[in-house]
Amino acid sequence: MRKLRTAAAAAAAFTGLLLLAPTSASAASPSASPSASGTAKPVVNSVGTSFLTATTLASGQDADVPVSTGDYLYWAFPAAEGQTATVQVKVTLPDAADRHGAQTWTVELFDGLRRRQSCTAGPQNGTAEQSAATLELSCTLRQIRSWAEPWSGDPLPGTYYVRLSTTDIPQTDLGLASTVHVHVATKGGADDAQPEGGSLKAPLVPPVNAGATAAPSAAAPSPSASATYAAAPAEEETHWYSDLFSGWNTRWWWTVAGGVLAALAGVLGYTLTRHPRGHRHHPHRPAPVPHQAPPGQPRQDSWQ
Amino acid sequence: MITTTTPRRTARAAALLGALTIVVGTALGTLPAHADEPGAPPAATEAPKVDLILDGSGSMRTMDIQGKSRMEVAQQSIKEVIDALPEETEFGIRTLGATYPGNDQKEGCKDTQQLYPVGKTDKVQAKTAVATVRPTGWTPIGIALRAAAQDLGTGPTTRRIVLITDGEDTCAPPDPCDVARELASQGIHLVVDTLGLAHDDKTRQQLICIANATGGTFTDVRSQDQLTKRVKQLVERAQDTHTVAPAKVTGTDTCANAPVLSPGVYTDREKFSEHRVYRVPVKAGEELRASVSVTPDRAVARDYGVLLQATDTGGQELVRGSDAGSGRTDVASTGVRWSAAEDGDGDGTGSASASPSKGAGSKSAARTVCLVVSNSFAAQAGVQADPGLPLELTVDVAAASPAPDGPAMGLGRGWILLGVLTLAGLIAGLLFGWLARWRIAVWREN
Repeated sequence: MRKLRTAAAAAAAFTGLLLLAPTSASAASPSASPSASGTAKPVVNSVGTSFLTATTLASGQDADVPVSTGDYLYWAFPAAEGQTATVQVKVTLPDAADRHGAQTWTVELFDGLRRRQSCTAGPQNGTAEQSAATLELSCTLRQIRSWAEPWSGDPLPGTYYVRLSTTDIPQTDLGLASTVHVHVATKGGADDAQPEGGSLKAPLVPPVNAGATAAPSAAAPSPSASATYAAAPAEEETHWYSDLFSGWNTRWWWTVAGGVLAALAGVLGYTLTRHPRGHRHHPHRPAPVPHQAPPGQPRQDSWQ
Repeated sequence: MITTTTPRRTARAAALLGALTIVVGTALGTLPAHADEPGAPPAATEAPKVDLILDGSGSMRTMDIQGKSRMEVAQQSIKEVIDALPEETEFGIRTLGATYPGNDQKEGCKDTQQLYPVGKTDKVQAKTAVATVRPTGWTPIGIALRAAAQDLGTGPTTRRIVLITDGEDTCAPPDPCDVARELASQGIHLVVDTLGLAHDDKTRQQLICIANATGGTFTDVRSQDQLTKRVKQLVERAQDTHTVAPAKVTGTDTCANAPVLSPGVYTDREKFSEHRVYRVPVKAGEELRASVSVTPDRAVARDYGVLLQATDTGGQELVRGSDAGSGRTDVASTGVRWSAAEDGDGDGTGSASASPSKGAGSKSAARTVCLVVSNSFAAQAGVQADPGLPLELTVDVAAASPAPDGPAMGLGRGWILLGVLTLAGLIAGLLFGWLARWRIAVWREN
């Protein structure tokens, strides 16, 4: 019985070890987000005014830009599968004395195909009263999926655009100086991207080069090598075994742990049926002979 | 109107000059590609070009910006901007209303002068030239914009006009906003940023209209510092984004004669309720990606929408993207993805592929997809419909992504998995144990 107990304890310890391991493994995995912590990136001081001219922000990078109220402000940032991006905006409004009424600011997110993406959290728009000095907005994107059907609008790896605009404002307040501060943060990594095993062959990164029209009769114009693209998420390294091996993920540890547990349970089951020696039949040992008390004391003084 | 030959030649010369400096700077051995070639990527063959228009009308004398006259403030800011000019930027200055002091409107409204030509800037000369400007005459914004567009010439990259003025145009016609829209519709990649020194409603409205028509911005200047910072920012923006300029294309109303597009960015004009059609060939195993933005560059009704449909040549819809909204906006955008079925099939609906042969040949056969762009912007009363709204179309063809097979290699995850495997192991152990015991028992009996 003691042997069994030690085996079970060893199994439990081993399993625990295996299950603990993924945390360190995933941190070291090459597909982990390049963002998150790390050294502070320089603050960007520019902004684009259209999708095409959007200023690229790395994840975790800040932009701090003086703007004119009413400008349409565009930034682009790359997002990879499994990540959840959050855009935080703080607007320092113009002097209250120059303003004539309330103004509404809105932050919107678009994917690389300029499709509007929903925010799952955050006040996406806010109205500042005439006396207000600042306004804070934020928008959290859905988790980026690793694959989606072409017909769906799910968020996919690629470029994302932030558009900050004043959606409702008295015309007399347009053009006044304000300052915007934008922060893009992403969390999560490829490990929990859904659907598992899915991959987008080419991220949704739009070309930004001028196009070329072909004669209608000509053969299909091949994607020109000169095409230039907007901000793209970091490419994963590919190796000769990439197609065979999907990479290290927690499934490996779970499966290996399951195998070990199964093996131990098998040994345990086998042992149970074998009746540990000492509790089974013992043919060579003489059956314990009960101490035979003398069958009744012969009354010796029967003569009495 | 603009004559096309001379500016183009000068533009090409300027482009080569710019390229030469870059080549020297980066020690690159390659010669720049032809800048004017349609569809050639706008490589750094052209320097960013900015023309600044300074209002020299009499009202610039008004002392209402932090105790200084508007002209003083503007001159001081421009000097600081010139000092901070990026190395490669070609910068020019034009004045309007700065030379004719008389009362004759006809004469006053022709008054626009090139103060400093667009090109490599000698900072001292440019600053001296700016200092000579005196507030004098009328405000012919419209013709100044036209002249500035000529100063900048045409080419594959974006040009920027920075207009600093304090008053509404006193010379219409031409209405400066119409001029701006007309310049924008010529497809010469012109952006006008306006800065207003006065704060009356009419000026503001006019400057906002000019900015909207060309995709520029409007700034209401309240202080010297703000003006300086803003103009510097605009010059930097010109430097950062001037190479990003879409190619001009004209869509048709039917698919059969629509232009065939390769991956890249295009611009077109679409009137209210008009449909524009383009064609893109998509091979089997490829995915079409297209997005479109329609800009309301004039007063439109509050609610709006945009629709991008991909159809086959027979008119069958393959996929659609749409977006709608209301209120103040610069663009309405949407996009679509579409990939052909894996086997290259599904063309029973009359879609014509480039090569009629199927089977072995169909692997490389391209299927033509038609992109139909429509918008549901509505003009406000009195708004002209021509030229149409600017439309920006991005087309890309990438490798298609097949549906995933599910979790890789049958690996599992989770406590249920552990439980099932353990139970299976236990049962297997018990079975083998009993089997072994039974066998021993049988062997013992014999």
